Amino acid sequence: MRLRDIPSTTQLGLVVSVLLFSMAVACQSSKSVDPTPEPPPTGGGIQYQTTPVTLRKPANFPDVVYDLSKNPLTVEGVALGKTLFYDPLLSRDTTISCGFCHQQFAGFGHSDHPLSHGIGGKFGTRNVPGLDNLAWGREFFWDGGVTSLDELPISPIQNPVEMDLKFSEALYRVQKNPRYPALFKAAFGSDTVTTARFLKAVSQFLLTMVSADSRYDKYVRKEAGGNLNPDELAGLTIFQQKCATCHATDLFTDRTYRNNGLPVGAINDQGRYTITLNEADRLKFRVPSLRNVEKTFPYMHDGRFTTLDQVLNHYTKGVKDSPTLDPALKVSEQLGIALTDTEKKQVIAFLKTLTDDTFITNRALSAN
Amino acid sequence: MKGTITASLLVTIVVGLTVFSCHETEVTPTGRMRIAFDNVAGTSDLTLSTSTYLNAAGESFSVTKFNYFVSNIRLRKDDGSEFVVPQDSSYFLIQEDKPASQTIALSNIPAGNYTGITFVVGVDSARSMADISKRTGVLDPALNNGMYWDWNSGYIFMKIEGTSTVAPAAQNNAFFYHIGGFGRANVKINNIRTLSLPFTGTVARVESGSIPTVSLKTDVLKIFNGSTKLSIAQNPSVMFELYSTNIADNYAQMFSYDRILTNQ
Repeated sequence: MRLRDIPSTTQLGLVVSVLLFSMAVACQSSKSVDPTPEPPPTGGGIQYQTTPVTLRKPANFPDVVYDLSKNPLTVEGVALGKTLFYDPLLSRDTTISCGFCHQQFAGFGHSDHPLSHGIGGKFGTRNVPGLDNLAWGREFFWDGGVTSLDELPISPIQNPVEMDLKFSEALYRVQKNPRYPALFKAAFGSDTVTTARFLKAVSQFLLTMVSADSRYDKYVRKEAGGNLNPDELAGLTIFQQKCATCHATDLFTDRTYRNNGLPVGAINDQGRYTITLNEADRLKFRVPSLRNVEKTFPYMHDGRFTTLDQVLNHYTKGVKDSPTLDPALKVSEQLGIALTDTEKKQVIAFLKTLTDDTFITNRALSAN
Repeated sequence: MKGTITASLLVTIVVGLTVFSCHETEVTPTGRMRIAFDNVAGTSDLTLSTSTYLNAAGESFSVTKFNYFVSNIRLRKDDGSEFVVPQDSSYFLIQEDKPASQTIALSNIPAGNYTGITFVVGVDSARSMADISKRTGVLDPALNNGMYWDWNSGYIFMKIEGTSTVAPAAQNNAFFYHIGGFGRANVKINNIRTLSLPFTGTVARVESGSIPTVSLKTDVLKIFNGSTKLSIAQNPSVMFELYSTNIADNYAQMFSYDRILTNQ
């Protein structure tokens, strides 16, 4: 093989190219989407390829809060997140998944459970909130204690009355479980389970829970199927006058914390105060979204009301005065919101137009 | 044969160039420094569970757990300048039950004579709120030995637990002080504490071939005996609450400069 001894022009050219390429590559900073990038695998092999997903941003919604540039949605990431969301492996005795308390048919709330019901039949102190439009959330939980969607799952997984598993143990179980390596590899290019990969995958799935196809949405976007009857339209007008101060925008929450005049319950939950330690925040809770409100009963932070009638009766005649009562519920020394019986019926008729059947039956959000 | 030689030569050149092409020009020589945290209780060495100590309130207690974060380290030079340890390598969790965690190593320090250190006890707000992928190692909420509040996003800056006969029987005679709170918006308390310690009477010489170890003492008694006299009987458990700022003020005084050892 004499020919091989002398590098041909082609070979030389190749070498030069490799040289230039390696110099360029060596100085490049990593722009990987992986939250915990590892050095690229040596010895070739198959490169992982993700398929991007565009987060739906409905025309009638405000700007997205979640920074998608730090966790771009991919088909593979969402799929991994969904698998984790529905996996009871993440609870101590492998009986409770996230989806156990966040039921799709109930707008991802826990139907008919006033207080969260977790492992071993234990109860928490608050009502399971429905999940929707989380990309527009600034803070999470009834008291806003969690500041990032990416950190949220740690809390229910570790909570002794919810899933009761140390998060490090959850990561370990996922790492050891045969179904996950391929899913992590597909989503992040590595089968190593890390805190960031786990949490960002769950976020990706949660972010896809966009509820924006109720009859009301179609009405405001002037789409087919967006017909509201006269009672519903009257209810909308009353709602805009008397409820939208707090349940603002088409997210139906201004994302603030307010005391809506509920008499203090036996649990004596001080709400937002436990997070800020400001006296002014006593008895304040996050204004919840009203999307799918027909399905997310019971209502309030402690689930004390089971029907929308009871909720409106609270606002008309149940509001209790206290130093932190929301000023909107005490106008000219008058407690509560004035509504006639007809107006209440109309408001409830309107609230039911916020039921998003597309969302609560969407197979992409269901357990397989 | 010749082909193999040519090939290996080329590979060597490629690898060499790859490495070389990223090598920044060395301007100033750098060196390393170690900081050793020696946890003590007054004049005694701190030992977990087995020893008892007495606080200023006259209460006898033993310690079962003692952890704290040290971050945002700055080193003062004798010319008045300051070296700021790069953010990404400036977070340390000192744990009494993990001896290896008690000596931290700082590298790429410009050569020179250093006269003091400044650091934060805790984790600053920017890092506390940073993207989860920027919070690895001791900042990983899952893997930092319980130094994170998942219900109220943020790190526990200092955690001391122990037992005392004056602690409530209902708590199994245990006391708990979990102090954190990075001063997030609208939150009333901020327990970030920054302190500076001069290397009194000496300098830490950083140069190639000379690695100084600055020994600092961390006195748990100061957590109890400070501007607030902390009584276990009166406050057997303090976590995220207004009173915690008193304990943070106390523990900001628990560090003192001890001595400098070289090449050990």
